[in-house]
Amino acid sequence: MKTLEKTSSGLRLDFNGIWGYDAAPEDTGHVTIAPKYELFIGGKFVPPDTKRYFPSVNPANEQTLSQIAEAGEEDVDKAVKAARKAFGPWSKLPGSERGKYLFRIARLIQERAREFAIIESLDGGKPIRESRDVDVPLVAAHFFYYAGWADKLEYAFPGRTPKPIGVAGQIIPWNFPLLMAAWKIAPALAAGNTVVLKPAEATSITALKLAELFQDAGLPAGVVNIVTGAGATGSAIVNHPDIDKIAFTGSTAVGKRIMKTLSGTTKKYTLELGGKGANIVFEDAPIDQAVEGIVNAIFFNQGHVCCAGSRLFVQEGIADKVIHKLKDRLDTLIVGDPLDKNTDIGAINSKMQYDKVQEYLKIGLEEGVEMYQPNCSLPSKGYWCKPTLFLNVAQSSRIVQEEIFGPVLSMQTFRTPEEAIEKANNTPFGLSAGVWTDKGSKIFKMTGKLRAGVVWANTFNKFDATSPFGGYKESGVGREGGLHGLYSYVKF
Amino acid sequence: MSFDFSTTIPIDAVGVDERVARFNTRSIKKESKNFALRLALSMVDLTTLEGMDSPGKVRQLCRKAMNPLPGREDIPRVGAVCVYPNFVAIAKKELLGTGVNVASVATAFPSGHASLESKIEEVKFCVSEGADEIDMVISRGRFLQGEYNYTFDEVAAIKEACGPAHLKVILETGELHTLENVRKASDISMAAGADFIKTSTGKVTPAATQPVTLVMLEAIRDYYYATGKRIGMKPAGGIRDSKTALRYLVMVKETLGADWLNPHMFRFGASVLANDLLMQIIKLETGVYGSADYYSKD
Repeated sequence: MKTLEKTSSGLRLDFNGIWGYDAAPEDTGHVTIAPKYELFIGGKFVPPDTKRYFPSVNPANEQTLSQIAEAGEEDVDKAVKAARKAFGPWSKLPGSERGKYLFRIARLIQERAREFAIIESLDGGKPIRESRDVDVPLVAAHFFYYAGWADKLEYAFPGRTPKPIGVAGQIIPWNFPLLMAAWKIAPALAAGNTVVLKPAEATSITALKLAELFQDAGLPAGVVNIVTGAGATGSAIVNHPDIDKIAFTGSTAVGKRIMKTLSGTTKKYTLELGGKGANIVFEDAPIDQAVEGIVNAIFFNQGHVCCAGSRLFVQEGIADKVIHKLKDRLDTLIVGDPLDKNTDIGAINSKMQYDKVQEYLKIGLEEGVEMYQPNCSLPSKGYWCKPTLFLNVAQSSRIVQEEIFGPVLSMQTFRTPEEAIEKANNTPFGLSAGVWTDKGSKIFKMTGKLRAGVVWANTFNKFDATSPFGGYKESGVGREGGLHGLYSYVKF
Repeated sequence: MSFDFSTTIPIDAVGVDERVARFNTRSIKKESKNFALRLALSMVDLTTLEGMDSPGKVRQLCRKAMNPLPGREDIPRVGAVCVYPNFVAIAKKELLGTGVNVASVATAFPSGHASLESKIEEVKFCVSEGADEIDMVISRGRFLQGEYNYTFDEVAAIKEACGPAHLKVILETGELHTLENVRKASDISMAAGADFIKTSTGKVTPAATQPVTLVMLEAIRDYYYATGKRIGMKPAGGIRDSKTALRYLVMVKETLGADWLNPHMFRFGASVLANDLLMQIIKLETGVYGSADYYSKD
C-alpha cells in the first residue's frame, strides 16, 4: 500500500496555456533619481575631491540611472572628521533624544516606502514584490526597533555601563542595499556612535536617498556620512586611523583581507560574510510547504542572499517526489521586469555577478551534473538567469562547496539524520540552515548539531529586527539585529 | 492502485497561509482580467438551496444560467444550475440541450444523517429525473470517528448509484477543522471514485477558504501525479466577489495549470458571484460601475 503523497509518476503539468498575466508594472511617475549624486559629508552633499564619477546601472536594461561620486582617501578623511566632530554632541544627547530622531527616520521611511521600493528595484534588479513587501518594511522595522533601545541602554546590559564606541566605518553589500544600511546605521546611532557608511558601488542610490531623508528628519550634521565608491574607498575606511569600529557585510575573501588589515589595531569589528546554507528535508515533512520553502530559500532576491538555502538535502525516500514537484514549481516562476508586480525572479544585480553565475553554471555542466531549468523566456537586454536546479551533485563538487550567490540550487540526498548533519556541516561556511519535519523533537536534535548562526524550522529566509543574525566559521564574526546587534556598538 | 489512508499526510498550516498570501499578490490587469472574469462566469454553479425554493425561482435561475446578461450573447453561460432533488426535473426541462448542466445535491444534504440505502435511493431518483451531476456529502461523523473505510465505501457506493452522472463529493471542510483532515478526506474521495471534490455545503461556517482549497488542489495534483487521472475542484460558499474568484483562479493556474482552467475541471458554488462578475465585465468595457439594479437578482 502506498500513500498518495509518496507516489510519483513522470507526469508534468502545463503552466503556460490558456491564461497568463498581463504586464502589471509599478508606476514610477512619482520617483525622481538625480542625474548625479555627490558625497554626503557633514550633513551636506559635496562633490568629491577625486572629481571622478561612476555610473549606476539598471541591471534589467543596462541603462545608466545616475552618476555617483567616487570618494578617494581625502574624501573619506573628511567624512571621518565630520563624524568625529559630530560624535561628541551626539553621544552626549540623552538617549530619548537620539530615539526621537530614529523614530522620525522610521516614520519617514514608511511614508516614502513606495518610492524607496521602486528605486531599490530599479538600481538592484530585485522584484518590486520583495522590495515593497520585505526590504522596505524591514528597514522601517529596524529603525523602530533600535529607536526603542536608545533610552534603555542600561537595561539592555544590566549592571554595566554601556558607552558608544565612537566613529563606525560601515561597508555594505549590493544585495540588500537599503536594508543593510538600516541594519548598520540604526544600532550604531541608538548607542550614540556616528557613522561613515559606504554602499556597494553597484547600488548607491537608495543610500543617498536615505541621506536626503536624514536631512528631512533634521539629523544633526555629521552623524551619518555616506561616501560612495568601490573597493579602494572601502579600503580607505578600513585603514583610516581615526575609525573605532568596522562593520562589514560582503564576501568572505574581502572579510579575510579586512581581518588582516585590522590585526594589531584597536579597532573593533563585526563581519557578515558568505554562506552556503543547508536546507534539509526529512521524509516526514509537509512536502508541499517544504517545496515552497526550498523555492523561497534559494530564489528569494535571485539567490543574492548570504543566508540562501543553496544546498538542498532531501531524504532518499522522497527524493523523486520532491524533484518532480520542484520542477513543476520552477515552471511557474515568472522571470523578468523587476518592476512588474507579478515578477518572482528579477535581474542579476550586475554584469560582474552575471558572469560569475554563468561561470558556475558552466562548472556544474563540466562536472557532469544533471541540470534543470524551466523553459521560460528571458528579456533580451539586461542580466538574467533562469532558476536552476542541479541534481545528484557530489559533496566535492565546486557548485556545492563555493558560494554562487545566484538562483542556483544543488541537491543531494541523505538517509539518516547523522548523514544530513555531517554533510550540512562539511563546509567552511556556517551562516544558515533549514530543517523540514513534522516532528518537533527532530527539529531540536538537528538545530543543536548544525553549525550555523541561523537555523530555520519549517520555513526559510525569515528576518526580524528583534532576532540576532550572524555566522559560524568563515561566515562571520559578531551578530547584527536584536540585542546582540546593539552589543556590537557599545563598550563598557 | 490501492492507497493507505491510515497514515496522515502532514500539512503545515503556516506554510499554506503564506502560499495563499503569495498567490494574492498576483496582479490581474487588462485582457488577462477580462479573460479571467469570463472564465470564472463559465465556471459558476448557480445555486439555490433554500427551504423556500419554488418552481418559479428554479426556472428563473435556469434562464439566468443560459443567458446571464440578456442582450449580450457573447457573455458565457454558467457551468450548471444546482438545486434540491425535487427541482431536478423542472431544471432539466428548462436546460435540456443548452449545454448547462443540472446538478442536484443529494445524500441527505446538508447533514448527511440518513441511512446509506436512502442516500442511494435519493441519488438514483435525481439521476432518473435528469441530473447530470450529483453533489453528495460525506458522513462527517463517521470520518471524524476515524472510520475512513466507511467514508471510502460510502463514496464508492454513491458513485455506483450515479451511473453516468458526475459525482462531486462535498467534504464540508468547515466541520473537518484541520487541514490534515481535509487532505485525508480529499484522498479518500478521489480514490473512491469522485469526479470532483468540493469544499462545502454553504450551510456551515466557514465554507470555502483559500487555504482549504489550496490543500485540496494539492491533493488533486498528487492524485494526478500518481494515477494520471484529473479530478475536478469546486470551492463553494463564501465566494461572493470577482476579486476573490480571480484569486482562486490564480491558485488553480499555479497549482494545477492550464488543464484545470475550464468548467469541466473547476467550478464555483455560488449565487451572488455571477452578478459581481457581470458588473466587472461591463466595468472593463465602459470604465464605470453600473447600478446593481441592472442585474437580475436570481
